[in-house]
Amino acid sequence: MKTQHHILSLNRAILIIGGIALLAVIALPIWRIELDAAQYPEGLELLIYSYKLEGEVDIINGLNHYIGMKTLRADDFIEFTLLPYLIGIYGLAFILVGISARRKLLNILFGAFLLFGVISMVDFWRWLYEYGHDLNPSAPIKVPGMAYQPPLIGFKQLLNFGAFSIPAIGGWIFIACGILLAYCVYVEWRMVNYKTS
Amino acid sequence: MKLKPKEGLLWMLAAAAVSLSFSACKPKGAGSAVSGNAAQRTYIPPGQYDEFYTFTSGGFSGQMSVYGLPSGRLFRVIPVFSVDPEKAWGFSEETKPMLETSHGFVPWDDLHHIESSFTDGMPDGKWMFANSNNTPRLARIDLQTFRTAEIIEIPNTGGNHCSPFTTENSEYVIAATRFSVPPDGPGGDVPISSYKENFKGHISFVSVDKETGEFNIAFQLKTPGLNFDLSSAGKGVSNGWLFISCYNSEQAHTLQEVNASQNDKDFIMAINWKKAEEYFKAGKGVKQAVRYAHNKYDEHTHTATSQIKTEVTVLDITDFDDLAYLIPCPKSPHGADVNPTGEYIVGSGKLAALIPVFSFEKLQNAIANKEFEGERYGGVPVVKYESALHGEVQKPGLGPLHTEFDEKGNAYTSFFVSSEVVKWNVKTLEVLDRQPTYYSVGHLMVAGGNSKKPYGKYLVAYNKITKDRFLPTGPELCHSAQLFDISGDKMELLLDFPTIGEPHYAQSLPADILKDKSLKIYDINANAHPHKTNGEAEARIEREGNIVRVYMTTIRSHLTPDVIEGIRMGDEVYFHVTNIEQDWDMPHGFAIKGAKNAELLIMPGETQTIKWEPDRVGIFPFYCTDFCSALHQEMSGYVRVSPKGSNVAMTSYTGNK
Repeated sequence: MKTQHHILSLNRAILIIGGIALLAVIALPIWRIELDAAQYPEGLELLIYSYKLEGEVDIINGLNHYIGMKTLRADDFIEFTLLPYLIGIYGLAFILVGISARRKLLNILFGAFLLFGVISMVDFWRWLYEYGHDLNPSAPIKVPGMAYQPPLIGFKQLLNFGAFSIPAIGGWIFIACGILLAYCVYVEWRMVNYKTS
Repeated sequence: MKLKPKEGLLWMLAAAAVSLSFSACKPKGAGSAVSGNAAQRTYIPPGQYDEFYTFTSGGFSGQMSVYGLPSGRLFRVIPVFSVDPEKAWGFSEETKPMLETSHGFVPWDDLHHIESSFTDGMPDGKWMFANSNNTPRLARIDLQTFRTAEIIEIPNTGGNHCSPFTTENSEYVIAATRFSVPPDGPGGDVPISSYKENFKGHISFVSVDKETGEFNIAFQLKTPGLNFDLSSAGKGVSNGWLFISCYNSEQAHTLQEVNASQNDKDFIMAINWKKAEEYFKAGKGVKQAVRYAHNKYDEHTHTATSQIKTEVTVLDITDFDDLAYLIPCPKSPHGADVNPTGEYIVGSGKLAALIPVFSFEKLQNAIANKEFEGERYGGVPVVKYESALHGEVQKPGLGPLHTEFDEKGNAYTSFFVSSEVVKWNVKTLEVLDRQPTYYSVGHLMVAGGNSKKPYGKYLVAYNKITKDRFLPTGPELCHSAQLFDISGDKMELLLDFPTIGEPHYAQSLPADILKDKSLKIYDINANAHPHKTNGEAEARIEREGNIVRVYMTTIRSHLTPDVIEGIRMGDEVYFHVTNIEQDWDMPHGFAIKGAKNAELLIMPGETQTIKWEPDRVGIFPFYCTDFCSALHQEMSGYVRVSPKGSNVAMTSYTGNK
């Protein structure tokens, strides 16, 4: 019975590799918002990392002042301090679960990772909402009823700008880790249920 | 004899018929010379790019213009030797030193020729060189910024026409005098009629730093008094040599039209410049005290400096036996052009009925075997015409001026008098095609036609006369460029387009060489201007006596400060405007009421300064002149000017603080 608590070596390998990949996410862009307008045929890009903003942040800030959007400043986000640690902890957890090979821990990790993903997206959406709605009332350009919340994922037209929001490489790794983790959980669950039934 | 009415009518009809058939004999104009799909071949759809950049001299405009080929669209006019209030060239405090000379500030000149910087005989896309004809200077234009980076004055020279032709690796840019003059200095006070004794030609070898491009007049060659017209450096087999057309071998000093057109043959001077360099390095030159300005624009301080230099090293070619040779060339030659292999030198005698083609190999043999004329010319050995001659193009046309080459062994010569371009084979000297130009072509340019491997495909003829070609614009008409496709056996006229000023020569570079390295913005962090404003927080005004400095920033869509008080009559106000944008194609302008100089156009990351002296008390608006954004019209401010001695406080701000 005891051996049944151990997971397959393939799954262990997936977990360890996934853990290493998650550690790499700390240094990679996680989300990307692309902006297009007639004046910017080459496009403007905002890259969100776990600890900073990259891309044409100054130019985007310069443009946002017309609609009274708050200036994007990395210091305003507590997330940029927490996220690298959280991702690091999850990366290490993946590796440790892989090494320990215990199914119970695998299930706990899956639950925790799912929760982390959901909370992160909710938090991200909240920021997008806040920046899109909390506008300076003395802004030069005021369109009644207009908000400038970029889409969480996908495309949305915001005045003359088309905003396209998608995961960047780090985000895709994150999603892939989640899917692989789910796969491991499923395989292990099926094996246990197959053997016990 | 009396005619009956019927007979009379018959005679009249006959006479009418005869006169009609006479007018039918008159050749038709060439108005229909454009081939059917020319429009298609020159049409660049909106948003697409041209195949070539063409840098075209502006002649008496003093500027350089940049066109696209094959469309003929004008992209930019680069101010070089003439002031340009639009771009504040020569008006901003930063650019004023660029137009300084030993004569002081010179606001205009005649930009004649353009040549690329070369590496191994091919345009390398680093710089364009240009010459000014009137107050002799050379300029270097940076092809990342499309701006003039350096201007150097050439001493001992009058009429810097034979310039700025460069050697195979742009080791040197050559500048030679069209009007021989006595050497600079007090000894120049001589009778003009003493031309033969006292007037000298000077050929300057201006070295170009491989990395920075910086000019340095390495040495000059002193020659007998002659008019140097044009030149080409040898390439390939003839690398190390320089060929210069010389007219006025009569050494006339007055009514040159007649007096300089007497000899059947003038010369092409062949100079062994590697040898000259050797002699110079061996210390054989003589140092001469002169005065010339050397002006450089620093991209980091965004400021030009002008320095007067006082010495040049001169080697007299008559002191050496193996430095320079004269090749007789009929008659009053203009172009001296070397073909891509470097073996053939084409002399275009303006008044000659044929085109002589000289062979470099034959010239070398003639020199080795001393096949010289009995008499030297002013101390310079004269090679026998036949000894250096490869052959003559017979009956090519009237008034040959310039020759360029394609990659297939053909030459293209412009004919001013017969107004045509003639294509001929360099080896066989056979005329292959001729096409009319509208009218009186001067220079012509084949894409890469002066390089080792011409790009070919396009030829542009630059015409001096355009009457009836475009809608008339009063007595003053544009000069024009005519684009020919030369990829087939016959040249095909594709397009006419007007030009800036009077184009003498041009250079075409494939767009791929330049377009990706074109600078988009100046890095604000690399801006080392002494009066840079480092962000809006540092915007301010400062007074030192009657000098007031306004440290101003621009960003969409406001100027900081935009309220300025405490300026008094008698103040000299310097607006140091820093454009703190870091976004492509986002210049801001600055203009203030009553300014007697110009506007500023400040590129992202740049600082530029305009001086303003208020002439009356009151409120003076200033504003951004370049429509930058939706709220451009709001991008403005006010200066309050109070009487002398007023105690209005020095105040400056933007927004309610």
